[in-house]
Amino acid sequence: MAEKKKEQPGFEEALERLEKIVEEMESGNLSLEDMMKHFEEGSMLVKHCDKKLNEVERKIEKLVEKDGEMTTEPFKEDEDS
Amino acid sequence: MAEERKVYRISELNRLSKTVLEDEVGDVWIEGEISNFRPAPSGHWYFTLKDADAQISAAMFRGNQRGMTFEPKDGMLVSAFGSVTLYEARGNYQIIVRQIEEAGKGSLQEAFEKLKKKLAAEGLFDEARKKPVPLLPQRVGIVTSPTGAAIQDFLNVITRRFPNLHILIVPVKVQGEGSAEEVASALRLLNERADTDVIVITRGGGSLEDLWSFNEEVVARAVAASRIPVISAVGHEIDFTICDFVADLRAPTPSAAAELVIGQKDEFAHDLTQYRRRLGGALSSRLLTAKNRLIGASRSYVFREPRRLVSQYREKVLTLRSDSRDALRDLLRSRGQQLDEAGLRMRHRIEMSFHTRREKHVRLGAQLRALSPVAVLDRGFSITRRADGTILKAATDVDAGEQIETQLAKGRLKSKITHVETEKDDG
Repeated sequence: MAEKKKEQPGFEEALERLEKIVEEMESGNLSLEDMMKHFEEGSMLVKHCDKKLNEVERKIEKLVEKDGEMTTEPFKEDEDS
Repeated sequence: MAEERKVYRISELNRLSKTVLEDEVGDVWIEGEISNFRPAPSGHWYFTLKDADAQISAAMFRGNQRGMTFEPKDGMLVSAFGSVTLYEARGNYQIIVRQIEEAGKGSLQEAFEKLKKKLAAEGLFDEARKKPVPLLPQRVGIVTSPTGAAIQDFLNVITRRFPNLHILIVPVKVQGEGSAEEVASALRLLNERADTDVIVITRGGGSLEDLWSFNEEVVARAVAASRIPVISAVGHEIDFTICDFVADLRAPTPSAAAELVIGQKDEFAHDLTQYRRRLGGALSSRLLTAKNRLIGASRSYVFREPRRLVSQYREKVLTLRSDSRDALRDLLRSRGQQLDEAGLRMRHRIEMSFHTRREKHVRLGAQLRALSPVAVLDRGFSITRRADGTILKAATDVDAGEQIETQLAKGRLKSKITHVETEKDDG
């Protein structure tokens, strides 16, 4: 799990970059070519963020010690029982 | 010996106990720390007085509060004077305080202030130390009691806001002996595992004593040392702990902590939709602008009517040409005028000169005529020439018998010399 970082921009960086891209595009100062490039990058970032939003599964675990080792087990919520 | 069993009604017992307490103990001075101070809407104060070993419920009615120079607060060490009694309806043993004096600050409060000051001086509360909390954590670590209300509140809010979140609970004791150490080691453990990107330390509200673990230095140090950002939500609203001060972010309640941990998923999704829309909108409006410019350009008469451009140029050339012709004409005209004037002047000069000369001529002619021998002849003189044409000026120029010719004004005479007379007598 911990290895799943930095191969791509984080959600936050991606959002910031997206905001910047959109603002630049809306400023109307870009050439048509740059517009296309921005659009492509922006669309890619939207897709990326969308993926990030949905890739995590709901999981509630509890850290417990078992035979001197720390391990996780599902946490039972009271509302479920 | 059937002795009759005496059965008290509870109210009787409470009244009896109350009487005993009031008679036997009565008015006393006690010293202790105020905790769980609760002012009621009626204006009465309810609180607990305690020391290291025991505690007693206390009440101070509104009427007795007059003349107080301070407002009692939790942690305050006071000397209180009142009567020990029993609240019959509940069977509550308590002291009705009529007078209260500040005896210095309570030890816990003192310890809190002392540690707070110390850590502040070390810069542990500095804003610059605060780590940013990720907008979208991949995995959230929670240090709390697995059975408390705090975790339930937290999870309820999380579920509502962001259903698919990965949460790892690290169960700890949140109060009492060893609790602070557990919290500190849970923080260290999560940092070692490094599989969470935000940590929440939380527990529900309670008295200063209940929350005390979170005011201990070991917890403060562990929070400060955490590489993973820490959100502290200890106690309720008004409760502040040292842990709150050191944490990267403080939430007033466990629910609020959940709100800080993660935004609304549907808000994120909405934002993304907005971005997508704006990207498309910006691009298509840019394309539209480009298209309009293209259309505008192609509609220009340059493209539409090239002949018009040519004729425009021709017109320009013609104008230029006629302009230059006019200029030339003007130039010629002015030069011609100059020439005319020069000619006129010249002719004038020539005429003048002719005139002068003619006059001179006339005069000269007259003079000439006056000198002409013909004119002399007119006046009666004559010219005599020898046969060889030479004009005779002296009588001795000829010999007798020689033939001479005499020219008169009109006609000539041919004569023969008969006699020559020298002019010695006359002369």
